[in-house]
Amino acid sequence: MVVGELGEVIRTAGLTKVYPKADAPAVDGLDLGVRQGELFGLLGPNGAGKTTTVGMLTTRVVPTAGAAWIGGIDVVARPTLVKQVIAVVSQQNTLDRSLTVRENLYFHGLLFGVPARQARRTADELLERFHLAKWADASVFALSGGMAQRLMVARAIYHRPAVLFLDEPTAGLDPQSRLALWEILGELIADGQTILLTTHNMEEADQLCDRVAILDHGRVLALDTPAALKQGVGADTVVSVQADGDPAALAELLTREITGVTQSRLTGAGVELQVKGGGANRLLPRVLSAAEAGGFAVADLSVAEATLETVFISLTGKELRD
Amino acid sequence: MSSAAITARPTRSVFAASRSALGALVKRDLLVLRKHAGEFAARTIMQPLLLVFVFLYVFPSIGQGVGGGGGKAGESDFATVLVPGVVAITIMFQGIQSVAIQLSQEFGYTREIEDRVQAPCPLWLVAVARVLSGAAQGMISAILVFPIAAVVHAPGVEAHLSVHWWVVVTLIPLACLAMTSLGLVLGTTFEPRNIGLMFGFVVLPLVFLGGTYYQWTKLSAIQVGGFPWLQTLVLVNPLIYIAEGMRAGLTEASHMHLYVVYPVLIGFCVLFLSLGLRNFRRRVLS
Repeated sequence: MVVGELGEVIRTAGLTKVYPKADAPAVDGLDLGVRQGELFGLLGPNGAGKTTTVGMLTTRVVPTAGAAWIGGIDVVARPTLVKQVIAVVSQQNTLDRSLTVRENLYFHGLLFGVPARQARRTADELLERFHLAKWADASVFALSGGMAQRLMVARAIYHRPAVLFLDEPTAGLDPQSRLALWEILGELIADGQTILLTTHNMEEADQLCDRVAILDHGRVLALDTPAALKQGVGADTVVSVQADGDPAALAELLTREITGVTQSRLTGAGVELQVKGGGANRLLPRVLSAAEAGGFAVADLSVAEATLETVFISLTGKELRD
Repeated sequence: MSSAAITARPTRSVFAASRSALGALVKRDLLVLRKHAGEFAARTIMQPLLLVFVFLYVFPSIGQGVGGGGGKAGESDFATVLVPGVVAITIMFQGIQSVAIQLSQEFGYTREIEDRVQAPCPLWLVAVARVLSGAAQGMISAILVFPIAAVVHAPGVEAHLSVHWWVVVTLIPLACLAMTSLGLVLGTTFEPRNIGLMFGFVVLPLVFLGGTYYQWTKLSAIQVGGFPWLQTLVLVNPLIYIAEGMRAGLTEASHMHLYVVYPVLIGFCVLFLSLGLRNFRRRVLS
């Protein structure tokens, strides 16, 4: 069996990339294990090292140190062999502009050694499955962003890769196309496809991923299922308060007065509190009266459930989009 | 689709996978060529047609023919020199067009290269595939252009052509390979926005100092202090060997010795390919 002991299809050990002329490593000693059939997410802000990690795993970026294996094959030593069993959907549109939609799939089949007749048949099956049959003979210029993305995913899974890499697949897609893509990924996972995706969209990571590694400055800050990550924060509710007066003083007051506050943070115009057990006993009225009693005129007050963003904030003290 | 289980074990040897990938890459390029056959033919024929039309039809017709000092015979001698030169620059432009410009765009603008380098073959093979299909296009364009160059003349002006088949059959493929390899070097060096620079500082000097319009053997007349400086200088230009080789293959005109032409062109192939592949690898990997 070429897959690792725990059914891990991707494994990295101390994987590190330092770009020339950079002061800090882009990826810093990454140890990951992605299991077969899993949808694994790398979540982090821009520059966290997600794309570099995918680059190293897909043979495009040469690691400075450490090692990576896909299906037990050393990615650095045997890139040509690894490319037989992986597929990449990159951030940019890399479709072949000189070919039609169908030809893009057909030639991908030939590229991966599928005989011509079968390549044509598989191309047609994929066009049906990805709702692109109507556009089969159109130029890829005719496709919308969402359709182009679908075609790229169809092309990627054409050769039945052991791992499908998706780098920020929904960045730049409209909400409808994003939902359509999520649906497709769900189907692929149901088929047993192993997927590694990178995203800076915490909702995407939360909804789609079996497990998420939160990355910042090239290091894994936390790695678990989205539910466990959120539980790990200790808070289940986030309260945002905007009021006149000194936000720091307000934060101090509320942290003292409200039971269950695990962390407070100043956000430009106001204060954000992470609260444990806040869902139950009338949290908003309590925050309001405590603030008013302290002499703060509350302008805005809102409450939300903890998300992966909350997790990221509690780990780094900053927002994902910073 | 779902009948085949997904496996993390590569099913084919690197060699087998590379062979089919190479076939697919070349097939793709040739399909694109077929799709744009009209455009390809027009692009290929335009420049040579204009060249022979102006030099071999217009000039002699208005009495300012090159070589006209020797009357029609002199003009015909010039035609004999120009026809092989036109075939040579056609081959060169094909190398620039089908490899350099294409690659430059795929790297800098369309990002198509990103997908192609995920093919299950060594990286260098992706570049070599493009060089090979470019060379095939070069050969097709040489065949397209030759009859035009040989036929479009003013009355009384005639190129004295005699085809030496073994030279033509061996030299054209070699010349095409050398020029598409040069295209690989240029395409991996110049960004799309710098293509104008490439034409100004690389392509034009190569063309005008490449023996298209004159025989290299005649350049010995240009001397400073008894030293044939231009004849020596143009030896760094690969096009000179192609033009002279075509002269040997298509005419009885005097030309550089073939014992020089072949080895030097093979040398240029090796040099350009190794430089180009090194550049290609650097552009793809980080």
